[in-house]
Amino acid sequence: MDRLATTIGLFPLPDGQRERLAELKGHQKSDLIDGDEARATRDAYAATRRHYIDRQREAGLDRLVEGQGRWDDLLAHPLCVHENVRTGGIVRYYDNNNFYREPVVTGELTASGDVPSELAAAAEHCDDLGAVLPGPYSLAGLARDEHYGSSAAFLDGVADFLAGEVTAFPDGVETLTLLEPGFATEPPDAAAYERIGDAIDTVAAATDADVLVHTYWGTPGDDLYRRLLDTDADGLGYDLVTDPEAATTLAAEYGAPPRVLLGVVDGQNTLIESQETINERADRFAERAATDVDAAYLTPNTGLFHLPVSKFEAKLDALAAATGGAQ
Amino acid sequence: MTDTRERFRPADHPNDHFLLTTVVGSYPKPTWLNRARDLRDDDSSAFDDEAWNEAVNDASRVITHEHEHAGLDVVCDGEMRREEMVEFFAERIDGYEFNGPVKVWGHNYFDKPSVVSEVSYDEPWLREEYEFTTDIAERPVKVPITGPYTLASWSFDEAYGSEETLAYELADLVNEEISSLVAAGARYIQIDEPALATTPDDHAIVGECLERIVADLPDDVRIGLHVCYGDYSRIYPEINDYPIDEFDVELANGDYDQLDVFTGGDFEPDLGLGVVDVHTTDIESVAQIERNIEHGLEIVPPEKLTISPDCGVKLLPRDVARGKIENMVRATRNVEADLDSGDIDSSGT
Repeated sequence: MDRLATTIGLFPLPDGQRERLAELKGHQKSDLIDGDEARATRDAYAATRRHYIDRQREAGLDRLVEGQGRWDDLLAHPLCVHENVRTGGIVRYYDNNNFYREPVVTGELTASGDVPSELAAAAEHCDDLGAVLPGPYSLAGLARDEHYGSSAAFLDGVADFLAGEVTAFPDGVETLTLLEPGFATEPPDAAAYERIGDAIDTVAAATDADVLVHTYWGTPGDDLYRRLLDTDADGLGYDLVTDPEAATTLAAEYGAPPRVLLGVVDGQNTLIESQETINERADRFAERAATDVDAAYLTPNTGLFHLPVSKFEAKLDALAAATGGAQ
Repeated sequence: MTDTRERFRPADHPNDHFLLTTVVGSYPKPTWLNRARDLRDDDSSAFDDEAWNEAVNDASRVITHEHEHAGLDVVCDGEMRREEMVEFFAERIDGYEFNGPVKVWGHNYFDKPSVVSEVSYDEPWLREEYEFTTDIAERPVKVPITGPYTLASWSFDEAYGSEETLAYELADLVNEEISSLVAAGARYIQIDEPALATTPDDHAIVGECLERIVADLPDDVRIGLHVCYGDYSRIYPEINDYPIDEFDVELANGDYDQLDVFTGGDFEPDLGLGVVDVHTTDIESVAQIERNIEHGLEIVPPEKLTISPDCGVKLLPRDVARGKIENMVRATRNVEADLDSGDIDSSGT
């Protein structure tokens, strides 16, 4: 099994830029990113993006990400900056001590170009880029719909929106990871599985990059997992920190795609995993999977913004070291 | 439990009805206090600990009086000695270390600490704050204290491997601290548990924590529990069994969209109702706040209703924070008068 060290993005703002951006923008709901930032703010995010690329390269990661420093509203960001979305009150971000502005969708989710422009800027400094987006089910779950009228139509609308964004990605994007924590935190009804699979296919069809669908903070239910195996996604992601037994059991029962993303590093704890721990978690998964795993992206199980910068960087270094990277 | 509310009615209270007005705790620090902190932290500055103590006492005095001038029935000093609700306590508890700030939302961060070894009680946490504030205040003083579940949940756990175990260990330390505060005269304690209602079934852990916290406390101590920004359907009706006198909850930010969780007539403790949003700089009008207060009467009768902001107001500009609290008190007094006159139905339904 080949091992490649990477992350699923959502990085913490670097020291210095964190303070600078707070000064430039402010601390209230209305001060957050709306897609129309002032020049100085754009420059600060550009510097942040370059720093992320440099730091990942220094660590020796195999695939670099843009880092999403600008995503004030975390995975809800792509909607919160959309012209047909207004932002409501701040609401809790899953079961964490984090909050985001609830996006309220008031019109058609046309392609916005926001994420593609971030990736294009990152691609200027890196020719082997991993893109990260919320998956359609989780993104719809973070928002409130006042336009599409039904959860099914809303899911389709969000999938079309994401596909539109993905179509505009720059050439340097080699992988696209769709984050679907909602599969574990707000499990969908069985009646929605088919439509969720179709929604993922809609997004996957929009790119030639390898598409991975990663569930974290738990696992998808058995039947949803089987539906995910049937989608056009090239690989699936497994959280081997939150409930490794459940995640591994899915692969043991139903098999795994030849390419997987393994969340082997705890994105929400400052304790730094050893190389041995990281590789043991990956080995155990591969041994128990009912089918052969050819390649594994070793990543944190979650985004890394939960950590202080020093520990975030230590996690990058630990992942790279486990796969023989620069550190 | 013992009626712990009526003693907080001011002698000159203008209405028969009494909706107790208070704050959740934090308040914007005066700009000069932040500058003083910068000087204190600057090694090249001659600004020493004595000067810092004078500055922080002055700030405590100013904000306590600002609360009193706003007309609040129960005040605190706006937590002038505290930078952040977890950091402050983690700095005083053995077993914690700090590695840098982490994001809460937007550009609001806190130094989320890591528990790296067994936690233990080392030095008093809030006694100095309580004794100073109560000495200079003319109104009764409430002591907000971060609850053990939040202290556990908002830390990185490198040592225990069980949030529940860590929370119970911390609950025993909180009990030790509150016992000390009660010995110093404190009679209104508010346990802040914003981490409650954020994960399924955490109500059971918090329930056990509260039992440990109130163990051996006198009955006449008013114990409040403040909760915010959670999914309240996860913790109601379970909170009815908590050993608390008051349940204070954020509801204005969501425009009372979770109100129906609590309606139905079985709400057991007093209700502390958030009536102003602490995350918008628009100062709600008195009329708007009056409407918000009336939502509380859908849950409890007036004699069980306490009025407060949604949460601590420290992120607001100071003039906005003051404006919100002044309007909140005005609106409360208006609603009391309307209850007295019968213009508002006081049946609680």
